[in-house]
Amino acid sequence: METITSIKPLLAVLVSLLVTPILVSSRASNVREGWTFVAATAKFLIVLSMLPTILKGTEIVYTVVEFLPGAAIKFRVDALGMLFAIVSSSLWIVTSAYSIGYMRGLKEHSQTRYFCFFAFALSSTIGVAFSANLLTLYLFYEMLSLATYPLVTHHQDLEARSSGRKYLLYIMGTSIGLALPAMLICYNLAGTLEFSKQGFLAGTASKPLLGLLLFMLIFGFAKAAIMPLHAWLPAAMVAPTPVSALLHAVAVVKVGVFSVVRVLTGVFGTNLLLSLDFSPFIIFVASVTILVGSFIALTQDNLKRLLAFSTIAQLSYIVLGVGLLSPKGMIGGIVHIAMHAFGKITLFFCAGAIFVATGKKNISEMIGIGRRMPVTMAAFFIAALSITGVPPCGGFLSKWYLVLGSLEAHQIAILVVLLFSSLLNACYFMPIVYKAFFCRPEEAMFKNTVQEAPLFCVVPLVVTALISIILLFYPQPFFRLASMMVHSITGT
Amino acid sequence: MGDFIQALVAKYNYWIYITLMMIGLYAMIAKNNLIKKIVGMNIFQTAIILFYVSIGVKKGGTLPIIEHGHGAHSHVVHAVDYINPLPHVLMLTAIVVSVATLGVALALGIRIYNRYHTLEEDEILSQIREK
Amino acid sequence: MSQHYPTLLVTVPLLAAFIISAAGWINKRLCFPFAVATLTVAAYSCVGLLFRVLHEGVVHYRLGGWPPPWGIAYYVDQLNGLVLSVISVSALINLIASKRSIEREFPEKIGPFYTLYVLFVTGMLGITVTGDAFNLYVLLEIGSLTGYALIAMGDKDRAPLASLNYLYMGTIGACFYLLGVGYLYIVTGSLNMVDIASILPGLYQSKAVMTAFIICMVGMWIKMAFFPLHGWLPNAYTFAPSASSSLIAPLMTKVMIYVMIRFILTVFTPKFAFSTLAVSDSVVWLAVIAIVMGAIFALAQRDLKKMLTYIIVAEVGYMVGGAWLGNRAGMTGAILHIVNDALMTLCAFLVVGNIVYKVKGYSFEDLKGLFSKMPFTMGAFVIGALSIIGVPPTCGFFSKWYLISGAIQASHYGFVVALLFSSLVNVVLFFRIIEIGYYEPFGDHHGHDHHPEPMAEAPLSMLVPLFIVAAGLVLVGLYTGDIVNHIIQFVIPKGLL
Repeated sequence: METITSIKPLLAVLVSLLVTPILVSSRASNVREGWTFVAATAKFLIVLSMLPTILKGTEIVYTVVEFLPGAAIKFRVDALGMLFAIVSSSLWIVTSAYSIGYMRGLKEHSQTRYFCFFAFALSSTIGVAFSANLLTLYLFYEMLSLATYPLVTHHQDLEARSSGRKYLLYIMGTSIGLALPAMLICYNLAGTLEFSKQGFLAGTASKPLLGLLLFMLIFGFAKAAIMPLHAWLPAAMVAPTPVSALLHAVAVVKVGVFSVVRVLTGVFGTNLLLSLDFSPFIIFVASVTILVGSFIALTQDNLKRLLAFSTIAQLSYIVLGVGLLSPKGMIGGIVHIAMHAFGKITLFFCAGAIFVATGKKNISEMIGIGRRMPVTMAAFFIAALSITGVPPCGGFLSKWYLVLGSLEAHQIAILVVLLFSSLLNACYFMPIVYKAFFCRPEEAMFKNTVQEAPLFCVVPLVVTALISIILLFYPQPFFRLASMMVHSITGT
Repeated sequence: MGDFIQALVAKYNYWIYITLMMIGLYAMIAKNNLIKKIVGMNIFQTAIILFYVSIGVKKGGTLPIIEHGHGAHSHVVHAVDYINPLPHVLMLTAIVVSVATLGVALALGIRIYNRYHTLEEDEILSQIREK
Repeated sequence: MSQHYPTLLVTVPLLAAFIISAAGWINKRLCFPFAVATLTVAAYSCVGLLFRVLHEGVVHYRLGGWPPPWGIAYYVDQLNGLVLSVISVSALINLIASKRSIEREFPEKIGPFYTLYVLFVTGMLGITVTGDAFNLYVLLEIGSLTGYALIAMGDKDRAPLASLNYLYMGTIGACFYLLGVGYLYIVTGSLNMVDIASILPGLYQSKAVMTAFIICMVGMWIKMAFFPLHGWLPNAYTFAPSASSSLIAPLMTKVMIYVMIRFILTVFTPKFAFSTLAVSDSVVWLAVIAIVMGAIFALAQRDLKKMLTYIIVAEVGYMVGGAWLGNRAGMTGAILHIVNDALMTLCAFLVVGNIVYKVKGYSFEDLKGLFSKMPFTMGAFVIGALSIIGVPPTCGFFSKWYLISGAIQASHYGFVVALLFSSLVNVVLFFRIIEIGYYEPFGDHHGHDHHPEPMAEAPLSMLVPLFIVAAGLVLVGLYTGDIVNHIIQFVIPKGLL
C-alpha cells in the first residue's frame, strides 16, 4: 500500500478549532454563524480534496508527535476513515444551517458557547476518522465526549444535569474503566497500537485473554450504544435538536461504531477473529441490541426518544455487518454508516422543525400535522423509508448487502433478525406518517393552513431527504470506499 | 540472659537513645496539652542528637585537638587516637535546627492560646466543632 | 558564571531572603520586585543547568573547593535538573500570580511573607541539588520551618493548629531521616551520597544498612504524606493562605518523592531496594491503599480545597507505587508524574486562589454560577481537572500511561485497578464541581430565561500565570516523548528493566 505524507489530515481536524477564537470574540451573531459556515465548508473541502488520492489506493499519513514507539499522535487517511469523514463533514454544513433556524427560532441562550463546542466536537470526530492508531483514536474519542457534554446539557436545568451525569457516567466510565486498560494491555502485548490490515494482536496472547480484550474494547467504546450500555443515548435527547441530530444520530454514535469497526478490523483483524471464532459473540450482541432496541422504540411516545431507540438498533446493524466477517456483510455495514446518517439526521431535523413550529414533542400530539407541515412530514416519510430499508431510498442498498452478507456467512438466523427488524421499523414509523396525513377531520389537532418552521430549518431537511433518495441511484463513492476497505483487509 | 545483659550494657548508648525517643514519641501522641507535646518533640530530637554524639566516641580516644598544630615540629597524627569530631559538628547544626523548630512551635502555641485561651487540644477541638 | 549555577540557585535566594526582609522595613513595595528578581535568577540558573546537563552530562560542584567526602558536593544530573526546573519555574509563576491575593490577605506582613517564600524555595532547591545526605536534612528543615510559618499565616482560627500538627509530624519525619543517615554514617563513615553509594555494595547484607534504609524511607513517607502517614496534610494545606498552599502543595510532597527516588537509585541500588529487601510488593500495596483511601476521602469533602488535598494524598500513592514497582516503566511514570503532578496541583490551587480572591470562599456553596462569573478561571480549572483525571492530550494521561504499563509489566493488577478506580473517582469529583459551577443556581425550565451572573473575572496578573500553567499541562503532555527520551531514560540505571 502506497502512502504519502501530507499535513491535510491535521488541517482537516484543526480548521474548526481555529475558528473558535473568532466565534468567541464576534459580537454579532451573523458574523459568528458566517464563520461557522466558513469553517464547515473549509473542512468539507479539505476532506474532499483527499478523496481522489484515496480512491487511487494511496493512503495519506501525518505524524504529529510520537511519544512512544508505536504509540504516537498520528493520522492515517484510508478508505473507511474517508467515508466517515465525508459523511460527518458534509452533514456539519447542513446542520449549521439548521442550527441557525432552530436556535434563533427558539431564542436559546448561550448560542456562542453552543457553536464553539459544536466546532470542537466536529474536530474530534474528524480526528477519530483519521486516527492511525488506538491511542489517537482514544484521544479524540475522549475529546468528543467532553466537547459534547456542554451541548447535551445546553439547557442547564435539573433534567439536563441528570442526563449529563448519565452521559458522562456511561461514556467516560467505560472508556476509562474498560478501553484504557485494554489499550494498555494491547500495547504491552504487541508493542504497538498502529492499526494494520490484519490487526496487530495475532499470535500475542491466549484465546481467553484476547476474548477479554475484545469484550473490553467493544463495550469500552460505549458510544456505539450496544446493549446494555445504551441508556445514555435516550437520556442525551434532552439536548437541543440539532445537537441530537448531528451528534446523536451521526457524530457521537457513529464515532462509537467506527471505533468498534476499527477495533475489529485494525486491532484484531478478520483472520484472527475468524480463527478464534469470536464472530458469534459479536453477532449475538448486535442482534439482541437490534431486536430489543426496535421493540422499545415501538413503545415510545416522545418522538426524539423513539428516534433514539431506533438509532440504537440501527447502529448495531453496522456492528452486525462487520461482525459477520463476510465481504458483502462488511460492505453493507460500512455503507450503512452513510445511509443511516442521512436518513436519521432528516428524521431528527423533522422532529426539531415540529418542535420549533408547534412546540410539540409527543407523537400522540401530532395527529394531522401533515396538513400543517406537509414538506416536513414528506421528508419524514422519505427518511423513514430509508431507515426501514425500502426503495426508493439509500437505506435499501445497505440492508440488501447485509442480507447478502448473512447468506454468504450462512447465518440464516441473522437473515430473520434483519427482516423482522425491518418490519418493526415500519411498525414504529408508519403510524406516525399515517396519522400525520390521514386522519378524520375531528381528530386533527392542527388547522389546515400550511405553516412550516423557519426556512433555515426546512431547507436542510429537504436537502438531506433528497440526498437519501439520490443515494439509491448514485451510491458509488460510498460503495467504492467500502469495498476498497474490505478488499484491502480480506485481500480479495 | 547473660548474653542479653552483655548486649544491653555494651550498646547502652543505643538503648538510652531509643528509650528517650520513645518517651518523646509517647508524649507527642498521648499528651493532650500542646506544650507537653512540644516538650515531647524536643526530647525526641535530643535523643537523636545524643545518638550522634555517642557514635563519635572511640575507646581510648581523646579530644580531637592537635597539640602541636602550628608546626613547631611536625609529627604523625594517628586518627585512632582521637574521637571522631564530625558527628559533633553535625549536631551543632542539628541543635540549631531543633531550637528553631522549638521557636516556631512555641510561636504557634502563642497564636493558638490567644485565639482559644487554652492549650488543651480537646478543648480547642470542641471549640472548633461548636462553630 | 554558568559554572556556578549549582551554587547560585541556592545562595542567591538565601541571601536575597535577608535583603527582602530588610527591604520590607524600608518600603513594603520593594519586596515583590526583589522576590521576582531572585526567583528569576534561580529559575534561569535551573533551566540553564538542565540544558547544560543535557549537553555535557552530570555536573559536579564542590562548595568552597573542598573535595568530597570532606566538603559538601552538589551533583546535578538529569533527574534533579528536571526537578529543579519544575520547582523554580512553578515558584516563580505562583509568586507573580499570588501578588494580588497576598496584598489582600495580609497587607501588613508582605515583607515577612516574601522572605519566607524565598527561603522556602531555597530549601526546596537545596534539597534537590545537594549531594550530601546531612546537608539535605538541614535544607529540608529550612524548607519545612518556613513552610510551617507560611501555613500558619492563613485562616486565623484553624491555620495555627493545623500548622502545629504539621510541625509535630514534620519533625518526626525529619528526625527519622536524620537517624537513618546516622546509621549510614556509622557503617560507611561518609555523608556524601556518591561516596556512600560506592562503599555500600559490600555491606548490603548488614542489618544496620537495612535499618538505615527503612528508617530513611519512613521519614520521607511522613514528609510526603504517604498514607497512612498523611494526617497532617489536608488541614495544613486547606487552611493555609491561598498563596502559600499554591506554593507548598505542588512542591513539598513532590520534592520528597524526588528524595525517595534519589535514595533508591543513587544512594542505594534498585537491586537492593527491590530484591534484597523484598518489601517492594508490600509498599506497592500500601500505595494501592493510599490511592483508594485518598479517593474515598476526597469524595467525602464538601469544599474544593480540602478535596484537592486528598487528591494529593492519592497522587502521592501513584508516585510511591510507581517507583516501587521495580521496573523501568513504573519508575519513568513516577518521575514523569513528579513534573506533571506539580503542574497539575499548581494549576488547581491557582484556580482556588482566583476563586478565593473573587468569591472569598472555596466551599461547594461558593462555587455556584462560577462558569458565567469566571469563565476563564473555570476554563483553566477544566484543563487541570482533565489532567488529574488523565484525559489525553494533557500530561496526566501520559504519566498514568507509564504507571499502568509498569504495573502490567510487573503483573501488579491491584495497582492497575487502583489507578483506574482513582481516575473514575476523579471524574466524579471534578464533574461534581463543574456541575455546581455550571448549572446552579437553576434557571426556570429549559433555561430560556437563564440569567447568567455578570462576569467578574480575576485580575489579569492572576489569569495570565494560570493560563501559562494550563497551557503547560497540554504542552508537557505533547512533549512527553522528548522528556522521556532525553531526560528520564538517562536517570534510570540500565540494569532496571
